[in-house]
Amino acid sequence: MTPELGQIALILALLLALAQGVLPLIGAWRGNRALMAVARPAAAGQAVFVAIAFGILVWAFLHFDFSLRYVADNSNLALPWYYRIAAVWGAHEGSLLLWILILNVWTVALAAFSQKLPEVFASRVLAVMGLVAVGFLAFIIFTSDPFGRLLPMPGDGADLNPVLQDPGMTFHPPVLYTGYVGFSVAFAFAIAGLLGGEMEQAWVRWARPWTNVAWAFLTLGIVAGSWWAYAELGWGGWWFWDPVENASFMPWLVGLALIHAQAVTEKRGSLRAWTILLSIFAFSLSLLGTFLVRSGVLTSVHAFASDPRRGIFILAFLTIVVGGSLLLYALRAPKVAGGKAFQLLSRETVLLIGNLMFTVAAAMVLLGTLFPLIGDALNMGRISVGPPYFGFLFPLLMLPVILLMPFGPFLRWGHGDTAAMKSLLLRVAIAAAACAIIAAFFVHGQIKAMVGVATGVWITVGVLLYAYKRWRDAPRGRRYPAEMAGMLLAHFGMAVFVAGVLLSESLSVSSDVRMAPGQSKNIGGYDLRFDGVQRTTGPNWHADQGVISVTRNGSQVTMMRPQKRTYAEDRVQTESAVDAGFTRDLYVALGEPMDASNIQGAWSLRLYYKPFIRWIWGGGVLMMLGGFVCATDRRFRIKRGVEETVDGSELLAQESRA
Amino acid sequence: MSRLVPFFGFLALVALFAFGIWWNTEHDQSAIPSPLLNKPAPAFNLPKLYEPAQTVSKADLLGKPYLLNVFASWCIECGVEHPVLEAEGPSLGVVLVGYNYKDAPADAKRWLAQHGNPYNLLIADESGQTAIDFGVYGAPESFLVDARGVIRYKHIGPLTPDVVSQKLKPAIAAMLKEAK
Repeated sequence: MTPELGQIALILALLLALAQGVLPLIGAWRGNRALMAVARPAAAGQAVFVAIAFGILVWAFLHFDFSLRYVADNSNLALPWYYRIAAVWGAHEGSLLLWILILNVWTVALAAFSQKLPEVFASRVLAVMGLVAVGFLAFIIFTSDPFGRLLPMPGDGADLNPVLQDPGMTFHPPVLYTGYVGFSVAFAFAIAGLLGGEMEQAWVRWARPWTNVAWAFLTLGIVAGSWWAYAELGWGGWWFWDPVENASFMPWLVGLALIHAQAVTEKRGSLRAWTILLSIFAFSLSLLGTFLVRSGVLTSVHAFASDPRRGIFILAFLTIVVGGSLLLYALRAPKVAGGKAFQLLSRETVLLIGNLMFTVAAAMVLLGTLFPLIGDALNMGRISVGPPYFGFLFPLLMLPVILLMPFGPFLRWGHGDTAAMKSLLLRVAIAAAACAIIAAFFVHGQIKAMVGVATGVWITVGVLLYAYKRWRDAPRGRRYPAEMAGMLLAHFGMAVFVAGVLLSESLSVSSDVRMAPGQSKNIGGYDLRFDGVQRTTGPNWHADQGVISVTRNGSQVTMMRPQKRTYAEDRVQTESAVDAGFTRDLYVALGEPMDASNIQGAWSLRLYYKPFIRWIWGGGVLMMLGGFVCATDRRFRIKRGVEETVDGSELLAQESRA
Repeated sequence: MSRLVPFFGFLALVALFAFGIWWNTEHDQSAIPSPLLNKPAPAFNLPKLYEPAQTVSKADLLGKPYLLNVFASWCIECGVEHPVLEAEGPSLGVVLVGYNYKDAPADAKRWLAQHGNPYNLLIADESGQTAIDFGVYGAPESFLVDARGVIRYKHIGPLTPDVVSQKLKPAIAAMLKEAK
């Protein structure tokens, strides 16, 4: 009986979402305050019902209710409780329910923090959120019901895909979705701005912290996904340009552009139409990602089971949401290029170049991702362009961004100072070149590694010099407002990330070896001795576990235990052993036994020595922190009486930032 | 006018996606063309399931058309397919070869004892090495091989009564007609 309550809760949530999406819009149009006031209670009620539905599904998993098809397909009696909770979002239906739950969390937060906004504007924003919820609730109810029954009820279920049985996977999807869905807020602000038609750009300032938080969550989600692929897939790679990865990367790139465009629009009034367009694009790409992953038009290592009905539904939804918004944009976007003028050498120019590069990169990724589909359409057959295409074009597009990064903060709005830029260029260039030359001795002249060091130093010195300038020039207490501290942190994260990528790619050593117990192999200065394979068991798997003892110059470093696990239905999953370190990772994946009947004998093993690979995720985490820190800036707290666009305190803030 | 550019760009994307959905419904994913189609089947030499001392090679099977059916005891869809093979197997007019894939022989024998054995001949590929040569994605899969050892038809996923009557049987008929 309880699962049917879940269905009813979803239907009630859909009705409330309809009320939230339609009535306040009419109210804002007609000036009817009663209708506008529907938005907040409807949003709260919808969130309660969605939470009930989600709770019922969790409960069904925890209590092994195999009469639910979704539960029976994705869990079994042996699955530990924490993976039974993760199994809720382990497949299509439940992950959609998580999507809508997170959308509701964002909406409720927006309802709570928008009380000081002008009423008409706030009700429009909440209505747009409601309309997005209508689409997704209808999608769940009509095509992807997680509460479908299975008769007769099986005694035990199948299993959660073993690939997903990993701690990283329990929190990767919720964090990633929080990022995806978070862009709906910036989208709702932009649409409300277009609907209102106000020439003012006050909404951009209100949208900024939301965008930053959404982007920070998306960053964390991508980092977690990359880490999971590294630890779980056993290939030792951290990014594969897989369609599903690209689906999360495109909104990230556009979100990155949006964060910077919003800063320009808020402070200088320029790029208004561009900011609106990016707000629409960022959320559209989130929806597009959902479409690509779930419609089955592209094949991917982790695509969901496809069903053409679902594909058609999302495509229709996508067409209405994105097509509608772009049409609205064409009709209502600000016609005059407003804002303060700027010269060629100015902070605006640098940010604009960065913006273009991020957007073009996102378009490039989209094109590469859709290439197999385009191939079909032009009757050329399914062709994938794959990593060679991305690996060539992406660094090329990011090069100008990296080169300009140290200068952005130093440049003034409107017009820059040529002499100051020249002296800055001299300093960062000397520092980068000097460090690259020193590094050359340690990396044996590997060009790519030297470029990695130079790039990291280039950006870092820029960040440090700017931090020092603030320390020297600005009065105590005003030196590092949160917005600026976040920017510096995120830029430093980029330095760490790029250095990590280039160093690990150029200096990694990998070796596929056949090892008998007792044999050793030297890799990256470490001696890895294979001590044989034993049988071991876990809660719902049994495994062959290799033991590798790692020594360096004769002294013991660590013991590594890679596993080859077998789950229910004979699904085999490798668990690589990783010895993580600040300057290097050791990574061992267990291959196959040379003789299948004798696991005590020799095995094939894959050994990796990966220097600085941890910096890749470390850089990502720093970027995420930067996003969160930015969002806490005091200037973003909404005061009552929002008319003060450029008042005294604002001018002061601008000056101190210049 | 330039403000409509994003909108029209998006419409082009929608058209592409609509095409993608149509393509996927028209072109069954299980009908991925096998590079081996109309090519000679790969050479193999595998032990019989019940007499592991004896092996069966590709050469041994030449001269008579056969349907090579990849199955395993751990494969749930094989259980779905099994009654169809039991019912339709004898009327197909070709030798039905069971290809036991990545399976422990004891499990396979138990499974056959429980569900029945429709096969004329059973071979075991415990390591799955030979299956790689056949391009096997998973179980179940079926390969129709003619008397000269050429693969004439391939089906991925369980054989259903519809597949048997609409695809497999016409393929067999065409093959036998050509042979005459």
